Amino acid sequence: MKKSFKLENLDCANCAAKMEAAINKLDEVEECSISFMTQRMNIVADDIDAVIPKAQECISKVDEECRIIVR
Amino acid sequence: MLKKLTTQQKDILKIAVAAVIFVIAMVIHHVDHHAEGASGTAQIISIVLFLAAYVIVGYGPVSKAVRNISHGEVFDENFLMTVATIGALLLRQWDEAVAVMLFYAIGEAFEHYAVNKSRGSISDLMDICPDYANRLTEDGEETVDPYDVMPGDIIIVRPGERIPLDGIIVDGASSLDSSALTGESIPIDVEKGMAVSSGCIDLTGVLKIEVTSEFDDSTVARILDLVENSGSKKARVEKFITKFARYYTPAVVFSALALAIIPPLILHGGWSVWVYRALLFLIISCPCALVISVPLAFFGGVGAASRIGVLVKGSDYLEAMADVDTIVFDKTGTLTTGIFKVSNVRPACDANGEDVIGSEQLLGIAAHIEMFSNHPIARSIKEAYGKELTESGVTDVTEISGKGMRAVIEGSAYYAGNAGLMHDLGIDDYPQQEAATLVHIAYAGDGAAPEAGGAVYLGYIAIADTVKPGVEKAISKMKESGITKTVMLTGDREVIADRVAQELGIDEHVAGLLPEGKVEAFESLITGSSGKVAFVGDGINDAPTLARADVGLAMGGMGQQAAIEAADIVIMDDDPAKIPLIKRIAKRTLSIAKQNVVFALVIKFAVLILGAVGLANMWLAVFADVGVSVICILNSMRMIVSSRKEAENI
Repeated sequence: MKKSFKLENLDCANCAAKMEAAINKLDEVEECSISFMTQRMNIVADDIDAVIPKAQECISKVDEECRIIVR
Repeated sequence: MLKKLTTQQKDILKIAVAAVIFVIAMVIHHVDHHAEGASGTAQIISIVLFLAAYVIVGYGPVSKAVRNISHGEVFDENFLMTVATIGALLLRQWDEAVAVMLFYAIGEAFEHYAVNKSRGSISDLMDICPDYANRLTEDGEETVDPYDVMPGDIIIVRPGERIPLDGIIVDGASSLDSSALTGESIPIDVEKGMAVSSGCIDLTGVLKIEVTSEFDDSTVARILDLVENSGSKKARVEKFITKFARYYTPAVVFSALALAIIPPLILHGGWSVWVYRALLFLIISCPCALVISVPLAFFGGVGAASRIGVLVKGSDYLEAMADVDTIVFDKTGTLTTGIFKVSNVRPACDANGEDVIGSEQLLGIAAHIEMFSNHPIARSIKEAYGKELTESGVTDVTEISGKGMRAVIEGSAYYAGNAGLMHDLGIDDYPQQEAATLVHIAYAGDGAAPEAGGAVYLGYIAIADTVKPGVEKAISKMKESGITKTVMLTGDREVIADRVAQELGIDEHVAGLLPEGKVEAFESLITGSSGKVAFVGDGINDAPTLARADVGLAMGGMGQQAAIEAADIVIMDDDPAKIPLIKRIAKRTLSIAKQNVVFALVIKFAVLILGAVGLANMWLAVFADVGVSVICILNSMRMIVSSRKEAENI
C-alpha cells in the first residue's frame, strides 16, 4: 500500500534527505521518499498505520519539531 | 505584539537586532583598536555587545545542536556552526564568531523565503482542490465533503464555484474556465449532456451535474496525486547530491579534526592557528547550498511546466527530456485531431465509364455494415450517411481482424475494409491514389454461395483526419530546441503517412503498423539513436510504447486513461506546440542545476584549500557556505521567474 502524508515544520533540505534515508532503513518500509519542496512524505509499506510511529521517531531524531500529519 | 509575528518574522527581527548590535560593536572595536592607548573599557564593551549579538542570533542553532547531540546527530548543521563559532569565541575572534552565526541565520531565512516563494508558484495548481460539493437530495440541497459524494448523485454548481467532481451536465449551460487544468485561458462552452471535469470553474450559469466517478478517481484527485508525487521520482543529479552530501560532511569534519591535531603535534605548537583553520573547515562542511538548490531548480522546472498546462510526473523525466534528441509521434489524435470525416464517396465505374452504384446507396451499405461498430471511422461513415439505420435487415456481422467487416444486408453479402481485404477477395484493380483512409466496399453474392472470385468491387469511401492547427510550426520549433529527428508511427497506409509527414515536415515515418508493431518499430528507433528517445501518444494502444520510451508524453485532454497513466509527462490541452516549450524548460532546468553543482563545489574546495594553507579567514568561509547557498538559490529561482515570462509569451 502507498500513502502520502504532509509534514509539518520540515525546514531543511538536508534534514529531509536524512529522514528519508533513516525511514528507508526500517524493515517494514518498502520505499519512502520525502520531498522537501512539496513538504510531503510518500511511503510504501504493508501496514502503514503501524509504520507511522516508527517513521515519526526517525524524523524526530533529525528534527524534533517536524511532525507527520495523520488525517 | 511579539505573539502575532510568524516564526519567519521573528527570525528576521532577531537578525536585524543582532546586526545592529554587531555593527555598533564592530565600530567600537575598530576605533578602539586604532586609538592611542587602547582603553580596556571600550574593549570590554565591544566584547559584551558581540556576545549579546551572538546570543540573540545563535540561541536557536545552539539549543537545537544540544538537543540533537542527544539523538546522536553529530553532523547536524546546527552542531557544526555551534562548534565553529564557540571555537572562534574561545580563540577570541569575537567579530568573526558573530559574523558566522549572523550570516548563517540570514542564509536560513533566505532559504525559507525562497522555498516558500517557489512553493507559492505551484500553489495555483494545488488550489484546484475543491473544498465542498452542493449535493441535491430529496429535502433540498446540502453542502458535503466531495469525498462523500457517490457516482449517480446530482450536484449543483453555481457561477464562481469550482466543479468538485467529474460528471455529466443534466441541466443548465455555462462556460467553464479550465485554465487551472490545461493552461488554456479561453473559456469552454458547455451544455446539457456534456461531460465536465472537476477543477474547472463555472463562469456564467447554474449547472446540475450527475457525478460519474468518486472523488479519488476524479480529474482533480489524479492531477493532485501527480503533482504531489512528482517529488518522489528524483533526478540523477538530485540523487548524486544526496549521496555526495552523505560523504562530504563527515569527510570534511574529520579533515578538520586532523588539521587541528596533527600539524601542531608535528610542528610542536601553533595550536591556535591550526584550530582556527579547522574551524573554517567546519563552516564549509555543510552541503546546504547543493542540497537545497538542485531540487529547487527541478521544482521550479516542474512548476513552470505545470503553468503552461503540462504535468511532469517526476524531476527525473525533466532531466531525461533535456537529453531527448529524437521524438516519435503517434499520428492519430496526436498530430491529427482524431476526428474523422468522410471526404469523398467514390463508386466504381463499369466498362462504359458509368457508376455501378449511386454514392448515397454506397454510403448506405457502408453505414449498415459498420452499424454496430464504434470505431471512429465507422462513426464518421454513419454520420455522413445521416439517415436512420434499419437494424432488422442486417445479419451475420463479422469482424475480419485488422482488415474490415462483413455483413449480410437483406440477403446480400457485402464486405467493407482495406486493400488487404480486397486482395483476399481477388480484387486488385481499383483506384487508390487518394491520400486518405479508404474503406472499400465489395458485393459478394447472396452470402450462401462460395464467395472467392465472385466478389464485385463497388467503390470506396475516403475518410480524412485533419491535422491539428499549429503542428507544423511546433515541429520546426522542436528542431530549434535541439531535436535532431522526428518520426511518425501509424497504422495508416503509406500514401497517407507520406502526405501528413510531408505536410508537417516530419523526417521519417513508418506506416502500416499493427498495434504490437508500434513497440517494435519504436525499439529499433531507440537502438539506432545516440540520445534519448521520446514518444508522444494518446491511445490505449500507445500505452506500451509510452512505457517503453525514455520519456513518454501523453495527450491528457482527449487521451485515454491508460495512456495518461503510462506516460511520464502529460500535455493537458493536447497541443503539440507545448513539446518544444517543455524541452526548453527541461534544458534550462538541468543547466541551472549543473551550474549550481559546479559553482558550489569549486568555491567550497577552493576555500578549503585556501583555509588549510592559512590564506582564508572566517569571512571567506562564511561566503563559501551561506554566500554560495544564496547565490545558488537565486540561480534556481531564475527558473521560476524566467519560465513565468515564457508561459506568458505563448
